[in-house]
Amino acid sequence: MVKKPEKQQGDPDTTGHEWDGIEEFNNPLPRWWLWTFYATIVWGIGYTIAYPAWPGISSATAGVMGWSTRANVAADISQAEAANADINARLAAVELTEISTDPELAGYATSAGAAVFKTWCAQCHGSGAAGAKGYPNLLDNDWLWGGDIEAIHATVAHGIRNEEDDDARYSEMPAFGEMLEKEEITAVTNYVMSLSGTPQDASQVEAGQVVYVDNCASCHGDEGLGDRDQGAPNLADAIWLYGGDYDTVLETVTYSRFGVMPPWTERLTEAEIRAVSAYVHQLGGGE
Amino acid sequence: MGILDKHHVLEKNVTLLAIFAFLVVTIGGLVQIAPLFWLENTIEDVEGMRPYTPLELAGKDIYIREGCYVCHSQMIRPMRDEVERYGHYSLAAESQYDHPFQWGSKRTGPDLARVGLRYSDEWHVDHLRDPQSVVPESVMPKYGFLEDRMIEGKYIEDRLKTDRFVGVPYTDEMVENALADFKAQADPDSDYDGLIERYGETVQVRNFDGAAGISEADALIAYLQMLGTLVDFSTFTPVASR
Repeated sequence: MVKKPEKQQGDPDTTGHEWDGIEEFNNPLPRWWLWTFYATIVWGIGYTIAYPAWPGISSATAGVMGWSTRANVAADISQAEAANADINARLAAVELTEISTDPELAGYATSAGAAVFKTWCAQCHGSGAAGAKGYPNLLDNDWLWGGDIEAIHATVAHGIRNEEDDDARYSEMPAFGEMLEKEEITAVTNYVMSLSGTPQDASQVEAGQVVYVDNCASCHGDEGLGDRDQGAPNLADAIWLYGGDYDTVLETVTYSRFGVMPPWTERLTEAEIRAVSAYVHQLGGGE
Repeated sequence: MGILDKHHVLEKNVTLLAIFAFLVVTIGGLVQIAPLFWLENTIEDVEGMRPYTPLELAGKDIYIREGCYVCHSQMIRPMRDEVERYGHYSLAAESQYDHPFQWGSKRTGPDLARVGLRYSDEWHVDHLRDPQSVVPESVMPKYGFLEDRMIEGKYIEDRLKTDRFVGVPYTDEMVENALADFKAQADPDSDYDGLIERYGETVQVRNFDGAAGISEADALIAYLQMLGTLVDFSTFTPVASR
């Protein structure tokens, strides 16, 4: 058996454990640490009493503080609604054309409308409203259905070519692939391209004009300037929703297009619809 | 120290040590495991929630396979900014048939818990092919290849059985008709009355990707267009203590 070493000066106390002559020093945790540790345990128990925590058979304890995330979010939302209730009521009641002449209303509508736009419109029209292929650019002054505040409001409220809203703007270009000969389609494609730029085959433009007058002019107009009452695009301004190259125009003439926009009356309040209309109106192309 | 000094009795008696160790493990086990048997009471009763249709389920599997959850969460937190952007906060009931759930906390892209019916099918096709064409600032990769990968629903019946095994209430009828329902949902010209009868009016029957045949894009878009649209919130009253 190894001789037990003498206790040195300054050695801590032992725990009292001894195995085969080996003893264990007792180095207790610092008091501040230990008491902080105990305090966290007490805090933890208190926390589960104050807040919803302990599971039971049919539900969990509700906590004595009555805290509820759901009540909080409902309170947050109704508080924000109450804060804006007056100005929203004014916005919903005022003549649409007067929004821009009232600086307070215009300022509110523009910033509220920007928030609505980012949530509901940006996915198709782009976060900067510049649009994408098939989704109109809202920054320019080329409008399919009209660019004054009333027209924009009607478009936002009821949408375009959707089935949910009976007041949706509706027009449908025929798919000319089923109605015209192939040569007629290539000719009219070249003519349409010539209205705003260079056709792929200039020799076909004249023949294309004949086809155009017979088939297209009733909606797009004799000079291709379009008709907003029918949502017929202006073909002479070099602004293209789907593309102005030969292949794309040919595809449009052959198969037609059917862009859809949902109605927003069901999802947004009248004040929100007016706000986003005012926002779009002031983006640059408003009339 | 009293009782604490007596622990050497336990340490020196192996039978006693085993008995007491077992007691401690039992208490720990009960605390952890017992609440799971009452998990049902964390799920509210809501109207409209139903198991996923076979096509939606196939879409969900593609969603998981492609790792969509790495960038998209499916849980709208109960906070004002979330509710205003995405819609009503998510309920436990809405993910009760998800195995595994897709809640997530990583949002490189937006939350998708209520993406259903928010965009057109065409938008989804464009967006899967080339996300930047509709959202220029997006960093999402392209998933156009899903349109070229046709699926036949060969194992869809087994897939429903698997979910039933872990608790999704698919009926025998749903399982038997899995393949027929799978095909019917992507074809508006089919006889899909049985599908509607089994799964309810919220089932959307369309040619989701606009192309012939059932592709993975069809399944994925069917799944996305369903997300968050099932629960009827007009009949929902939140329990305040949750």
